[in-house]
Amino acid sequence: MPRELYQAELQDLNRQVLLLGAMVDDAVGRAVQSLQTHDAELARAVIAADRQVNEKRFQIEEAAIRLIATQQPVASDLRAIVAILNVIVELERIGDYAAGIAKVALLYGPHPLLDAARFLAPMAERGQGMLRRALAAFAAVDTAAAEEIAGEDDAVDALHEQTYRALLAEMLADPQVVDRATWLLWVSHDLERIADRVTNVCERVIYKATGVLVEINVSTY
Amino acid sequence: MIVESARGSLHVASQGERRRHLVDRAMAAVAAGTALVGIVALAWILGYVVWRGAPALGVAFFTERPLPYGEPGGGVGPALVGTLLMLGAAAALSIPLGLGTAIYLAEFGRGPFARVVRFVVDLLAGLPSIVVGVFVWALLVRQVIGHYSGLAGAAALAIVMMPIITRSVEEVLRLVPDGLREGALALGVPRWRTILGVVLPTARIGVVTGLLLALARAGGETAPLLLTALGNQFFNVNLFEPMASLPVQIYTYAVSPYDDWHTKAWGGALVLVLVIGGLNLLARVASRARRL
Amino acid sequence: MRTLPAAPPPATAPLERPALRTEHLSAWYGTRQAIRNVNLDLAARRVTAIIGPSGCGKSTALRCLNRMHEVVRGARVAGRVRLGDEDIYGPGVDPVRVRRRIGMVFQKPNPFPMMSIYDNVVAGLRLTGEVPGRQLDAVVERHLRAAALWDEVKDKLRQSGASLSGGQQQRLCIARALAVEPQVLLMDEPCSALDPVATFKIEELIGALKEQYTVVIVTHNMQQASRVSDFTAFLLAGADQVGELVEFGPTGRIFTNPADQRTEDYITGRFG
Repeated sequence: MPRELYQAELQDLNRQVLLLGAMVDDAVGRAVQSLQTHDAELARAVIAADRQVNEKRFQIEEAAIRLIATQQPVASDLRAIVAILNVIVELERIGDYAAGIAKVALLYGPHPLLDAARFLAPMAERGQGMLRRALAAFAAVDTAAAEEIAGEDDAVDALHEQTYRALLAEMLADPQVVDRATWLLWVSHDLERIADRVTNVCERVIYKATGVLVEINVSTY
Repeated sequence: MIVESARGSLHVASQGERRRHLVDRAMAAVAAGTALVGIVALAWILGYVVWRGAPALGVAFFTERPLPYGEPGGGVGPALVGTLLMLGAAAALSIPLGLGTAIYLAEFGRGPFARVVRFVVDLLAGLPSIVVGVFVWALLVRQVIGHYSGLAGAAALAIVMMPIITRSVEEVLRLVPDGLREGALALGVPRWRTILGVVLPTARIGVVTGLLLALARAGGETAPLLLTALGNQFFNVNLFEPMASLPVQIYTYAVSPYDDWHTKAWGGALVLVLVIGGLNLLARVASRARRL
Repeated sequence: MRTLPAAPPPATAPLERPALRTEHLSAWYGTRQAIRNVNLDLAARRVTAIIGPSGCGKSTALRCLNRMHEVVRGARVAGRVRLGDEDIYGPGVDPVRVRRRIGMVFQKPNPFPMMSIYDNVVAGLRLTGEVPGRQLDAVVERHLRAAALWDEVKDKLRQSGASLSGGQQQRLCIARALAVEPQVLLMDEPCSALDPVATFKIEELIGALKEQYTVVIVTHNMQQASRVSDFTAFLLAGADQVGELVEFGPTGRIFTNPADQRTEDYITGRFG
């Protein structure tokens, strides 16, 4: 089959994207864990690992641009590379959010978590699940799955809403906790944004298949 | 740095290779040798003609008419004039016919009719010129005109010239790349103007060369003129009367028993060689003038 | 489950009605059919590219547009080609006149070798008898400028047309074709005999030409088609070796999201 070289390089790029996805997936999980177990060591590790995430993203980007320049892809080949370029941006941002959560873990210190924080773990699990399935949909170019996953963003939004109200209530009840509540709100926000980014990844799956870029992520806010 | 390959170094090594080299050089020498033989033979002939003919040349030779034996002077004046006139008339007859046929064959000729035409032209080209002479004699001298005449001579020469013109012009026209014809047609130029305005001018050097060569060939023809124009001792510019020509005059002088006339024959031969040689040279110069 | 909105309409919709339109165009060389049922709208003052693998009939289709196809012995055309309202294959239509309205530039540059540059440009006018008298100088300059050649040859107009480089010769042929003031300019692989720099200059020229002329270009170089054209037609010969129109649309769309799988396979290089 002609263009074997090109196809092989494209496949390799896709693998690198999945690798990047796994890295940020792991970062999110460990960041939330570091918050819940008050593990400063783990938090620092997550923050340090973010540098590798950024490097990986740039490595993939350079390879993609080189592929465009040398192979002049068109049609679906071109859309595939453009999709890759966009997806790695989303993934790298997710990594940044994970690092942000780890920073909050460091700032929060050994104090016990507020009650409102009980929604955070489910949010994280939801988000990570969405991310894994979105990457699988990306690899398989499964537009049906992509649409479905994007739909789960609503659930994450709802959890964020609940966290916000709970934190608000706690802050009103006890002004001493405003500090900690604000940090936790930040974490909730980051987790909600992670789910949004995954939705963007789903949009790119649809783009890769159809060439049409649609906004699925219509927020209720 | 000598590249060593699996076959060994680049230098000639083996006995066999050296022999091959010698054979190569020997063949080259043989080819050059045969060419030299040809050139030597040609130079010999030309030199001989010049040697025998030069003494006859002079102003009188070119301007006076042939005088009876015994009288001093005399020359090939009428023959020169006659040759030029008959060639001119032959050209006027054969060029339009030859060109037209060539254009037909090159630009339009595809079907069975064209094949017939081409066959006939080839046949004519190979016809012995004396046969042409006999035919014109029977048609024009016996019948139409009734007596020997320069016109009949011109007609015979025209028949000799026409196939030469057709074949060489057709060949040059075929050499004109189709891209030029297409380019002209695509401009909205009608077919006939494409031929006259683009194809012919592009081939003009080849066409001129072909015409000159045809003239050179006709200029040397003797047999047909003997039977058609006959010859004339006096200056004559009337095509309807017998007309002198250089080849016939040479013949007349040559078969005579007089030495003086033999010299004049050589002189005539020299002039003819110069004229025809000149035409050929002109053709060569013209063809080198500008590359197609 | 949300529904996806429909694909947006093409962004380069033509402004005027098509300059040239083919209807059920088919062509034969003797008994061998070359193309079948080609329907194309060639947008006015836009560039349309015809692409396809070798043997798909794209040159044949192009040559049908200005009645050059029938110059070959035994060649035959069916269907209609409308220039404006008139069918150029209609009864009583003079092909010579058609070719004055629809000009053509060929793959191998073919300036008339025995004519000077000046004479080449006006050759079309002189040979068709439409000589505008004293204005020839202006005509020559205007069309050499239009072909982006004026600056390079203005001091040597009397030199032979064959003394120019390949790219310059091709531009001379373009100037010559434009001098007859056609409405449409057909180009049959105009750059395939040229080096990349000359190719680039001609592509630039095509971009400028479309302000005045409708251009149709056949090319086997897909990147050139995508660079230069507003619309692209993809022709493909089936198992019966007869070329058919597979897809036709705005170039941007064809090269990012073709509708037909065969188009996709061809432009991504998945078959020759």
